Order: sequence, then structure tokens, then C-alpha cells
Amino acid sequence: MTSVWSRLEPLLPRVQKPARYIGCEDGANAKAPHPALVNWCFIYPDTYEVGLPNQGLQILYEIVNEREDASADRSYAPWLDLEALMRAEGVPLFSVEHHTPAGEFDVLAFNISAELTYTNLLNCIDLAGVPIRSAERTTEDPLVIIGGHCTYNPEPLADFVDAVVLGDGEEVVGELTEVIQAHRRLDAGSDSRRDLLVALSGVDGVYVPSLFDVTYRGPAIATMAANTDGVRPEIEKRTIADLAEWPYPKQQLAPLTEVVHDRLNVEVFRGCTRGCRFCQAGMITRPVRERPAEQVRTMVANGLERTGYDEVTLTSLSTADFSNVEPVVNAIMDDSENSGNSAVSVSLPSLRVDAFGVGIAAQLQRGRRSGLTFAPEAGTWRMRQIINKLVREEDLYQAVDAAFSQGWQRVKLYFLVGLPSETDEDTLGIAELARNCVAIGKKHNKRASVTVSVGGFVPKPFTPFQWFGQNTSTELQRKVNLVRDATRKMKSVSLKWHDPKATLVEGIASRGDRRIGAVIEQVWRNGGTFQEWSECFDLDLWLQAMADNGLTVEDFVYRHRVEDDHLPWDHLSAGLHKDFLWQDWQDALAEVGLEDCRWTPCYDCGACTGFGIEHVVASAVPPAGGSQGTGQDLTVGGAVPVQLLTTRSVNSEAPSTTAPPVDVAAAAP
Amino acid sequence: MATILRIRFSKAGRVRFVSHRDVARLFERALRKLQLPVAYTEGFSPRPKLSFGLALTVAYESEAEYLDVELYKPVDLEALPAALTDALPEGVTVQAVIGLQRGTPSLQQAIVCCDWSLEVIGATVTDISLAIADIMDSSELPLERVRKKKVTVADVRPAILELEVAGPTSDGVEIRAQLATEAVSLRPAELVGVVRSALNRRAEPLEEYDLVEGRVRRVRQWMIVDRARCEPVSPPGSLTRHDMRRAS
Repeated sequence: MTSVWSRLEPLLPRVQKPARYIGCEDGANAKAPHPALVNWCFIYPDTYEVGLPNQGLQILYEIVNEREDASADRSYAPWLDLEALMRAEGVPLFSVEHHTPAGEFDVLAFNISAELTYTNLLNCIDLAGVPIRSAERTTEDPLVIIGGHCTYNPEPLADFVDAVVLGDGEEVVGELTEVIQAHRRLDAGSDSRRDLLVALSGVDGVYVPSLFDVTYRGPAIATMAANTDGVRPEIEKRTIADLAEWPYPKQQLAPLTEVVHDRLNVEVFRGCTRGCRFCQAGMITRPVRERPAEQVRTMVANGLERTGYDEVTLTSLSTADFSNVEPVVNAIMDDSENSGNSAVSVSLPSLRVDAFGVGIAAQLQRGRRSGLTFAPEAGTWRMRQIINKLVREEDLYQAVDAAFSQGWQRVKLYFLVGLPSETDEDTLGIAELARNCVAIGKKHNKRASVTVSVGGFVPKPFTPFQWFGQNTSTELQRKVNLVRDATRKMKSVSLKWHDPKATLVEGIASRGDRRIGAVIEQVWRNGGTFQEWSECFDLDLWLQAMADNGLTVEDFVYRHRVEDDHLPWDHLSAGLHKDFLWQDWQDALAEVGLEDCRWTPCYDCGACTGFGIEHVVASAVPPAGGSQGTGQDLTVGGAVPVQLLTTRSVNSEAPSTTAPPVDVAAAAP
Repeated sequence: MATILRIRFSKAGRVRFVSHRDVARLFERALRKLQLPVAYTEGFSPRPKLSFGLALTVAYESEAEYLDVELYKPVDLEALPAALTDALPEGVTVQAVIGLQRGTPSLQQAIVCCDWSLEVIGATVTDISLAIADIMDSSELPLERVRKKKVTVADVRPAILELEVAGPTSDGVEIRAQLATEAVSLRPAELVGVVRSALNRRAEPLEEYDLVEGRVRRVRQWMIVDRARCEPVSPPGSLTRHDMRRAS
């Protein structure tokens, strides 16, 4: 195994932020790659600052390095300046700790979390000196494996990757390592690489695109079937049942240079049962698996002591919903005071829209109280029922009142536009909410301000909205302009929006099929890397590539799919029954909300039953404070006042929750 | 025991690519790891009371960097260099820590000049020696600078206190310089330009030198106390990281 350091070092004084490329993080502990080991290089295909904090990548890096039969190093996409120098000097992509050329690893394992990084994936493979197409790789080349949320529709990347891991990677990395080791001991024949791919496809949760063939009928898919005997027809995601068995990262990396989320992160639960219909993360990570409260406390205390950070984030999709959140945050605050580091601040990444959420935030954020963020997501109650974000206006106003009254000066509100059946009244409701929130703020503080952030909605696979035709970028821009014009005269409201052109490209990749691969390749060949960065993003490259390949944005982005459409990801499974998703889509159009299922009977979405597991909650007591305004009284953990369509089968005998109804008076402290 | 600490450290190897601001953040984390009683500023966003000396350009190494830290109660200094070194990334070595009296002038105010080792690539030892002789013989060295989009010309000759060739390196020539940091100052990168100009004044018009900067290392920082030049913290002999661990 070689190192490129001596060739890289003279280039570094000539680039921006060279500390991105030197490794040396606190907690970095990569074993040196060795021919006897299965050597993994985990790569985040964006800048170091964006990629380093990725917890999924750090977890797998640590698990692999703990194994005796494997090593793991990390790599990130070099910024444009270094890439140009590397290409000029013939320096390949390298890992940051040992500066091993990426092509010398056995596995290049990419975390794919955003569609706009797809061209960077190709660029990294190419910089590694590896053929970008799977079919052109030989036994000498590393395996290219991807994981992460975008892999629930990996089809646009099918031609470029050797294998795809669906779901939680904690167990799979070990199983893949063992398959690779076993394959090495076999006599390698001329079909050796293909044999290895077939063997990899035998691991649960692993999809090998080259073992499937697809045919098309117009814009849709006609057939998608395995082309090799013994390959299972449907690949189901992996789910670890108990987060308590995986207290990773045990040694979170603390970098030498500033990165996004530059603080300790402790994952308190995985999964979400809120059921927001636009939210892919909430759908594909079910069921809910909470970490035991005591383990959260230990991980926080150890992490702070080891890294010297003075800030910790309790991560999850909705941390205020952690069933033990109050005692846990109290314990963390006590621990930090006892340790002598009294300046520790704790933050929750996503705040529930109610006074309870603000109360918790107030408890945590003792120092700075600059801004607090809520995500009502839509401007009217009608729209919020459709997307199943069941936040009443009163909930929002109470939350905002609580925030301003407790010293926060700025409230940030997140919204989506381009949602199903959205009218201009719904869109303008965003401005109305902002106006009322400012008025509430001014009662407490004359400098109170509200920032409204608007994003265009991209329908995602494995959500009830996967059939919905995305709004055109023109329509999204028109809606943004509606909000802009309506808020223009509101002095204390500032508006930010995501570029609808970028939303369009996300739509191309989000629900594309294998034909989109040629588009991604062409955009990359024409220099379209770092498309997540507005200074690099270029819509024309994408539109030109679509046209050159005979594909239209109408077919791939704007078209409404129908019930019997064969979707490009139908041979994959996130555990959710397709008929559950379809029914939920119909419920959405009927403006019917669906309550959080942790403390209600099961809707049989499939996420629990399919895996023979259940929601794992740290406490039998639901968090106080009501449930997003539907009137469901969670404090008694039981009654189900939500409206259900008669077609839905509700299995009332087998509630999916481990939390039985509890008398809150007895449980209260 | 001391409440205000002055820390002397070196920076070498891969960490030379870490910026001045990031080094400050590394020290903040290291101090918290050791749970030292660091004093914080008052107000809405309390910050630890750390004050650094002159910034070191990214990619430069140094044998003499400084940092002052204010505590809210005194600590024992003896074990600190080794403990801090352990809490910092490889390549940042804390050489010595002394206590300061309250009211001691800040590092920014006190430092008057620095010693530098600069590698220059693109000319021979003889060429560089002649150019340096020209520079030291000159009475005036006007240098054009662009600052805030304005072009200014300053005579930087008074900022060059010492300048000599130390000898050849594998790629070029090592020069040693002492450059002023107050009143008229000159940065190492600017010195390379000054040397290049001197070379080119001797060269034939069509054979200009393309002299570039190689490795640069800050060797010493100097301040004046009672009209005598001294270092803010005396060098610790030749203790290495390994020796210091053993000593602790």
C-alpha cells in the first residue's frame, strides 16, 4: 500500500483550506490498509466540511476498524482548486489518514445523501483511477458500494455502482467483509468479479443492479427482473432492532478545521412515526428505535470529556418526541455542571411546533438565545392535513409566543411549496402565518423578527407522495414570488428560498430510472460537479443532457404516476406496503390526517410487521404536551380520535407499540 | 501556580496546514478536555479568555508560537506542557508555560520582530548571496502593496533587520531573516518578492528569475523588556514531545 502524501504536500500551500486534506482528527484511528485485510475507504462525495460530520459514515468507519479482518479510512471530494492540481500532477483521490490512493482499497463505500452529489460520485470514482461504469471494472478494481437515504432509488446510479446497501449499515459492513474475504480464498477465475457480485447479492439488504434487467414502455417501466438464477426478486432494507447494541460512534471525530455541525452528536433514536407524507426519512427509517436514556447520558458525558466540545446535539428526526426527553436533558445538564464545564449547551436539531418543545429548548439553551426554528411546512390547516403535518395555527402561535417571551429574538419558519393540490390560498397562508408570528413577537420584543424559508417540494420514493407529479420550476418560482410579494412590506419578515432550478434537478434524480444514468454521466463529463453549491450549479447542463438522451423533464419530473405504474424502485423494499402508501396517498387527497402510531393501534404500514420487530421506546410514558394539535390526548396514551377511511384495516388487537396506556398521574414526578 | 498563563508551542508537520483561527479552536477544546478553570467573557455569548500573538500563515511551521490564557483560579504549571501536548493533535507541541502578572502587555503589543527560516526555490546560493548583499547595502527599498484596493508604496528596508544565506536545501536555498513586525513591517512572502527583484536587477532582461517560496518556518519571536531583547517565554532546551511525556 502506497501513500500520495509526498506528492500531495507541495500542492497544499496552493489551495484553499488545506486542512481538509490532512486527516489528524481527534478520534481518527484508522488501521493501516494491508493486503491481508478487506480495506474499506468510506467516501462522502462532497467537501470535507459537509462530509466529515456525517454520522452514518463515522459509525461504519469505526465498526469496520474494530474488526480484525478489515481496515477503514475516509475520503471526501477535493474542492475544485485541488482537483485541478491533482489532475495536472497525476495525483489520484486519496484517503485522508494514510493518504492511500483510493484505487488501492478493496471497497469504495459512498454515502449518498443528496441527489445533487451524484455527479461528484462519478468524479470521485474517476479521480480514483477506476472506470466509472461497473461493467468496465475488472478484478483489479475496487468494489463501488453505495448506502444512505438516496439509495432507496439507486436506479439513476445503477450503471456506476457494483452494489447498493439498503437501510442500516451496522451489520451489513461485517457481512460484506466476510463475503469478500471468503471470495479471496477461492480460486479466482475469469468470471471472478461477477461471482463476487453474485455472492454479495446474497447478503440481506444488498442490491446488485447488474443482476437485474429492465425494459421500458414509454416513460414508464415495463419489466424489471433478475437476470441471474438464485438472485432474489425483491431486496428488503436492513434494520437493526436495538440501538442500545450499537453505541456508535464511540469516538466521534473532532476535526482540526471548522465543519458543519461542529459539535458532539448523539443519536437518541432512529425512525419516526409522525407520518409526514412528504418526508422520506420518516418513512424509510421506521420503526422507531429509541436509545436507552442511561446510554444517551453516558455517550454525552464521555463524548464531551473526550473531545472537549462544549456543545452537544441530540439527533433524531424529532428529538422532542423522544419518550424520555425531559429526564434525559436534565441529567445531561446536571452532569455538565458537575464536570466543571458549566458552559455546555445542548441543542435539539428539530423542534416540535408547540410550547412543550420551546420549554425544552429554554431548559437547554442557557446562554445564547439568538434564533429558534420551527417547521410548520405549509400555510393552511387544509394543506397541513394533506401532508399530515398536524400542526394547528394555535400550536404555532403558542410556540412562537413561548419563544419570544423567553428571550429569543428571531424565529425561523420552514415551509414547502409545490405540495399536492396546493392552491394560492395555501401558499399565501405562509405570509399570513409569518405576519401573525411577528405580531406576537412584537408584544415581547420590538426587535422580534421572523425568517421564512421556502423550499420546493420534491416527491421521494417510498412516500405516499411518490405518485405525485412535481410542480414545474416556473410554478415553484411563481409560488415563491407570491410569498415574496406578500411579505415585501412586512419589515420584520425576511424571506429565503431554495432555487427552484435546483429542485428540478433533484426531481430528475429522485424518481429517475436507469436512463437517467446517461444524463448524470454527461453532466459530469461537461464539468458539472459540486451541483449542491450554487456557484457551481448549472441547470443548462442537465437540460441539455436530458435532451441529448431523448428524455424529457415532463416524463421524469412533472408526470403524475398512476396506481399500476411500475415504479423504478418496486423491486426494492423499505418495509412499507405499497398498498399502505397508496391508501395514505388517497387519504391525503381526501384531506384526512393520520395520527402518530406509537401510542395508537397499528396502521399496518409494514415497517414493524415485516421485520418481526416493534417500536422500541425508552419510556412507557409518551412525551407530554399533546400531539400536533389533532386533539389526541397523548398523556393518557390511548384514545384514537383520528379519522380513518373505512377502507383501512385497523388491527386493534395488536397495537404496534410497547407502550401500554399509562396513568399519567402515577407516572408524573 | 498561576492564573494568567503564557503558553509557548511549536507547530510542525501536517498541522502546518491548519489555520491560525482553527489552532485557536483546537486550544479551546484542549483546555476543556483538561478541565482547566478557563475564565469566560461576560455577556450574551461568553467566550473563553484566550489571546493569541501574531498570526502564522497557513502552511508555515513554527518553533515559537504563543498564546495567553486567563483562568478564574490558579493552577499548577509543572505538568501542563505535557498534558496540553497530549490533548492537542500530533505536531502541536507545548514547549513551556509560564505565569504572567496581570497588566503584562499583550503579545500583539509586545512583539517587535521575528526570526524566519525561508526556503527560496529558483536561484543558486551564489545568486541569492549577491542579491542579499545588494539588499543589505541599499539605503531604501520601495515596495508596492495593494491594500484595500489601494496601491501604496512603502520603504521596507528598515523592516529587514538581518538577512543571510544559511545554505542549500534539497530544492533551493535556505535564507535566515529577522523581520520587523511593528512600525514598518515585512512579511516573509513579501521578502521573497524583494529578493526576486534584487536578483532581477542583476539579471539580463530576458533571463528573469522566477523565484518562489518553499518551506517557511518561524524560528523566534522577540520583544523588548527594559531595552533588552528577549523571548516571551524562554525556549525549553531541546525537549521533544517524547521527552516531555516521559518527564510527566
